[in-house]
Order: sequence, then structure tokens, then C-alpha cells
Amino acid sequence: SHPPSRPSSRTARSPPMSILEYNGGCVLAMAGKNCVAIAGDTRLGIQNTTIACDANRIFKMEDRLFLGLTGLMSDITTLENTFKFKLNLYRMKEGRSVKPETFSALVSSTLYEKRFGPYFAEPVIAGLDKDNKPFLCSMDLLGCVAETTTFAVSGTCADSLFGTCETFYRPDLEPDQLFETISQSLLAALDRDCLSGWGAVVHVITPEGVTTKYLKARMD
Amino acid sequence: SLLPSPRPHSFPPPAMDSLISLVGDGFVISAADASNARSVVVMKTDQDKIMHLDEHKLLSMAGEPGDAVYFTEYIQKNIHLYELKNGVVMSTHAVANYARGELAKSLRKRPYSVNLNLAGYDKKVGPSLYFMDYLGTMKKVDFTAQGYASFFVLSTLDRHWHKGMTESDAIALVKKCIDEVRLRFMINQSKFMIKIVDKDGIRVLETGC
Repeated sequence: SHPPSRPSSRTARSPPMSILEYNGGCVLAMAGKNCVAIAGDTRLGIQNTTIACDANRIFKMEDRLFLGLTGLMSDITTLENTFKFKLNLYRMKEGRSVKPETFSALVSSTLYEKRFGPYFAEPVIAGLDKDNKPFLCSMDLLGCVAETTTFAVSGTCADSLFGTCETFYRPDLEPDQLFETISQSLLAALDRDCLSGWGAVVHVITPEGVTTKYLKARMD
Repeated sequence: SLLPSPRPHSFPPPAMDSLISLVGDGFVISAADASNARSVVVMKTDQDKIMHLDEHKLLSMAGEPGDAVYFTEYIQKNIHLYELKNGVVMSTHAVANYARGELAKSLRKRPYSVNLNLAGYDKKVGPSLYFMDYLGTMKKVDFTAQGYASFFVLSTLDRHWHKGMTESDAIALVKKCIDEVRLRFMINQSKFMIKIVDKDGIRVLETGC
């Protein structure tokens, strides 16, 4: 938030943009009945200029495990590559895929390793464990885990997303209802944030598979 | 691979360089302003800011002059070394990821204050264009602009670019963008260099447009 302005003969200057808002973007995940959905916008910007409308910030880590990252796009790409690398080694050594709780611990420690020079990225992890029970968590840029059973949000419009999710969320949603709910929650918050938007993508993860849909949203 | 030596750095200074690139039907066009100016003095109006990485890749640079040349030469030499060591030419996608990795690695050590447009042609993939930022942001795009020109030119490109433009249409669009920059940008950037890369290699279209 802005510091109080003092009377001055100079022209008013706005405070510098936070590094986490430099590229813009948001991610949201929601749990249903034996399913989870993770959604995000697809805008890539440089401060107020939009560079691309098809940037991806949600990555598939396992068949039923997705990682969404918001914040500085450079660090998002670095972390995507880091986790793909770490999971490849994990799968080779363990001979099996990683559990969502284990992966969230990996993400948390990777972020905390850089405690005094952090990656400017805030992850959201959504997955189904082997009993098809939903797993959701979000973290701050230092790796503080907040595991939830309802929804997890991150990004420039996180505050709005908390509001829309709280309003629309109901427990035990079926995949179709979950898709509707998460889409409406995302779009309602996106449309009021100038740094997020320009397209949205939703992945719905069920025991049968993953469906990916691109939402028709306001392109502004 | 070859390593650059560290030095103290303060950044980023405002970049006066303008870069415009767009993808057409089997080619990529890159334009860059050709002026080298510091403060109120214009030192050169035929500066080449579009480096040839190999026969089918153009790397346009914008930003602090020392870093721009140093970093792009570093990339060029390491791409060449890879080709000599492995006997294969790196794809545009691989070069983009390599350059991004170097920018991201040095971001928290000795940051390079250089923004890049990588334009390339690969036999299997066709033409491709990558936008890269000094922070290590990388995105494959259909058209892009760097520097202050982006504020004037991105909307022109939004309006007139379409997939599969012919060479003459693309050159006309680039010239339209350059005219926009000349008209609206306070800093005089009268000369632009335009290069094109396609399956037959690199051609220099204009050196002082």
C-alpha cells in the first residue's frame, strides 16, 4: 500500500512496483469430491505493458499433480526447470512417482534454501494422492506452507481471489461443478486486476484423467 | 564453456535502443535502430545491434552497450563451441533456453542489463521468435518490440500482423512501425537496420532505413 504523500512542489510519484507484481499473474486451486482443479491466467507483462497472452504458469509434475507459480516469470521458469530436474532424479532413484505432500515439502525447502535471497515466486500445489483424496497447498516466496482442504490462491489479485472463492466455494463438488465454480471465481477476480487476465486456463484433475480448458475471458 | 569475468555493476539504465521483430511466412524480420548515443551526444548512426549467431539465427540486443555486446558475443561463441564439440547446430529453441539460463544464472551474481530478441529459422520448426528480458524472462512470440519503441509499436503490430505474412507485407509493416517511432519518440532514431532470416540464411535488407 502507498505511504502517505507529503506536500511537495515536485510532481507526484507513485512508489516502485513490487518485484512480485512485475510480470503479473494469478493462480487458484480448488478441491472437490475426489477431484481438484487448478486455474490461472495467461498474461505475461513487463509492468504495465503486455508482452504475451499465452504464457503458462501451471505445470504438470505428475499425472495427478500440478504446480502453479505466480510472481517473477524468470524465477517461475527457473523453478519449473529445477523441479522437473529434481523429480526426474527422484523418479529414477525411487522408481515411483512423488506424493503430493512430499512434493510440497520439496518445494518448501527449495524456496527456503534461498531465505536471504529468495526466488520471487509463490507456488500453489494441487494434486490427488493415491486414494484420490485432494491435496491443496499454497506457499509464500520463502516456502511457508499453508495446506488447505478448500481452495488455495496466489498472485497479484490474491486478495480478490480469496473473496470470490469464499463466496462461490461449496464442499464436495463434482468435476463439472468444480470447473464452473473455479472458473467463475477466477474470472470475477481477474476482471478487476489490470496485471492479470488476457486469457485463462483451467485443469480439472480426476482419478480418470485431466481435462484442460481455456476460458473465454475479457482480453484487457 | 567460456566464462565471463565478474565486475561490479549498477543497473538498469534507461535503454534507448529500439528493437522490432516479427514472424512471417517462413521468415523472421528483425529491425533495430542504428544510433549509439549517450546523454546528449550521438556517437554513431550505423551501429549494428543485430548479431548473427550462426547462419540461421539473429540476436538483437538492447540495453547497456558494454553488457549488450559482451553477453551476445559470449552466447555466440558458446553456440559455436557447442557446434564444434557436438557436430550439430543448436536449434533456436535451445539457443533461447541457453541464453535465458545464462541471464537467470547471472541475475543474482553480476546481472547483464541486456534485453534480447532471438529470431531463427529451423528446418523442422520453421521460423521462430523469442523475447528475452534482462531478468531472464523468456517467451516465444509472433512479434515483439523492445525499448521505448514497444510503447508505440506493439499496438500497430497487434492491428496489422497476421499469421503467414508475405515478405513485402512484413517489410511494409516494419516500416510502418519505424515511421511510428520516428513520429512519436522524443529521441531522434533516424536510422534503422533491418535484417531477415529464412531457410536460405540471413539477408541484410536495409542498413540505414
